Amino acid sequence: MGLEQFIQEAISPWMKDEGPDSDIVMSSRIRLARNLEKIPFPLVAEEEKLKEVIDEVEKDFNEQSFEQYQDFELIKMESLKALEKRILVEKHLISPHLADKTKQGAVLISNSEQVSIMVNEEDHFRVQLYLPGFQLEKALEEAFKIDDWLEEKIDFAFDEEQGYLTTCPTNVGTGMRASVMMHLPALAITRKINRMIPAINQLGLVVRGLYGEGSEAIGNIFQISNQVTLGRSEDDIIDDLKSVVHKLIEQERYARELLLQESEIELENRIFRSYGVLRYSRLIESKETAQCLSDVQLGIDLGMIKDISKSILNELMVLTQPAFLQQYAKKTLHPQERDVFRASLIRERLKLED
Amino acid sequence: MECQECNENVATLHFAKVINGEKTEIHVCEKCAKEKGYVNNEEEAYSLHDLLSGLFNFDSASYPNQAAMDTYRKEQLKCEKCGMTYQDFTRIGKFGCASCYDTFSKHLNPIFRRVHSGNTKHDGKVPKRTSSALYQKKKVDQLKEKLKAHIEKEEFEEAAMVRDKIKAIEKSHNQEGEGE
Ligand SMILES: [Zn+2]
Ligand SMILES: [Zn+2]
Repeated sequence: MGLEQFIQEAISPWMKDEGPDSDIVMSSRIRLARNLEKIPFPLVAEEEKLKEVIDEVEKDFNEQSFEQYQDFELIKMESLKALEKRILVEKHLISPHLADKTKQGAVLISNSEQVSIMVNEEDHFRVQLYLPGFQLEKALEEAFKIDDWLEEKIDFAFDEEQGYLTTCPTNVGTGMRASVMMHLPALAITRKINRMIPAINQLGLVVRGLYGEGSEAIGNIFQISNQVTLGRSEDDIIDDLKSVVHKLIEQERYARELLLQESEIELENRIFRSYGVLRYSRLIESKETAQCLSDVQLGIDLGMIKDISKSILNELMVLTQPAFLQQYAKKTLHPQERDVFRASLIRERLKLED
Repeated sequence: MECQECNENVATLHFAKVINGEKTEIHVCEKCAKEKGYVNNEEEAYSLHDLLSGLFNFDSASYPNQAAMDTYRKEQLKCEKCGMTYQDFTRIGKFGCASCYDTFSKHLNPIFRRVHSGNTKHDGKVPKRTSSALYQKKKVDQLKEKLKAHIEKEEFEEAAMVRDKIKAIEKSHNQEGEGE
């Protein structure tokens, strides 16, 4: 398979569209946790019972379409090879927990990969809906439609007092986790982000580095999401999140301007060095890749690097992860082989821009 | 009062147990309570301090007997549908099924308050079906069963809570009816 075709298949179709503020907000996501009333939660349910859940989903939703979400496909974890599961994880279509820790786990994915519904994860259902850029309201609206669609056939566990009942007390109520993935290179370079995080936490929102351990953000990509799910409506939660994201966008833009004014040559130097590393290295680790990609993306956004597609960060962050590299190589790769392969994939990808 | 098991120590734990529908009062000392299995050993009794420990407040710690009794009562709670005990719940920090929420309801608000910035009551999306007349009737029937069970077991506090729920549903339903 050629690289172009591989990329075509590897990148979720929805990611190819450009959303609002997509120079800073990479994607918006809504996740809803739902459970059946009649069957114990996956944590304690017998495998047979969980199989019934899968069977019902298969009967009612497999190969179905709903509005613009076409051809849902039910994929059972037991039918996948380890590498295939890792790829779904790297595309954020399933969680590592679903891939490795569940009995009778499955996922229902729309053909645009915009909606993925995990079945028998920690909860019976985890509906996830993605939109490119900053579109939380729209994402919520669409996620509610999917939820209503499921609800036509399924009785969800719901209580007037506590709302949607979930396995973990941290999800009860709306069962909603709304999040945005943000690229914040200028706030990270100037370390302003470290001072902003505690203030954001105080509002009941969580900031975490997307690919790093704990709060370390590899590639300066941060995920901002709500913590509270009980006692606040979905709209209120989204409003809070939106106002914080607006503030972060504003601060990031301001920090970029300041960097340009005060240290343009240093910034330019950093960006082009990173570009050079991506273009010419023969060995590159994932962490360095992410850092260089972040710099190059900033260069593109600031107009310093021209004629490179704007979605390069989104695209290569996905493609250079271990499972994708191995799928492209069509064999298992040791860590050093991966670094060689990663460097070559990036070089080839950048050549496509020439 | 003397401990009815050893007849030596002062009975510091007093509680009622229902055996074959008969209510029996039990007065024991702490030592016997543990030995005879009225309460679990210290370690287990305070396993609340494990994983979710931060979530559980021992505000009654200054009244050790009261605390031990509360712990004892809580630990007897077991969800009939999935078999999860309150102790399991505090250890793993997860519910076993939808019914666990009802079974442990008396002890959940402090946990919810901690996790959800002081909130205990849902605000937001409601399943469409929940507002349908059929669903409402089913729900009220279920609650009436529960109310009966609580009254039979003389659990009046719980019974009152269930009765309020029924009233709330019937009231909201009637209001909808008037609008038609
Ligand atoms: Zn005694
Ligand atoms: Zn249960």
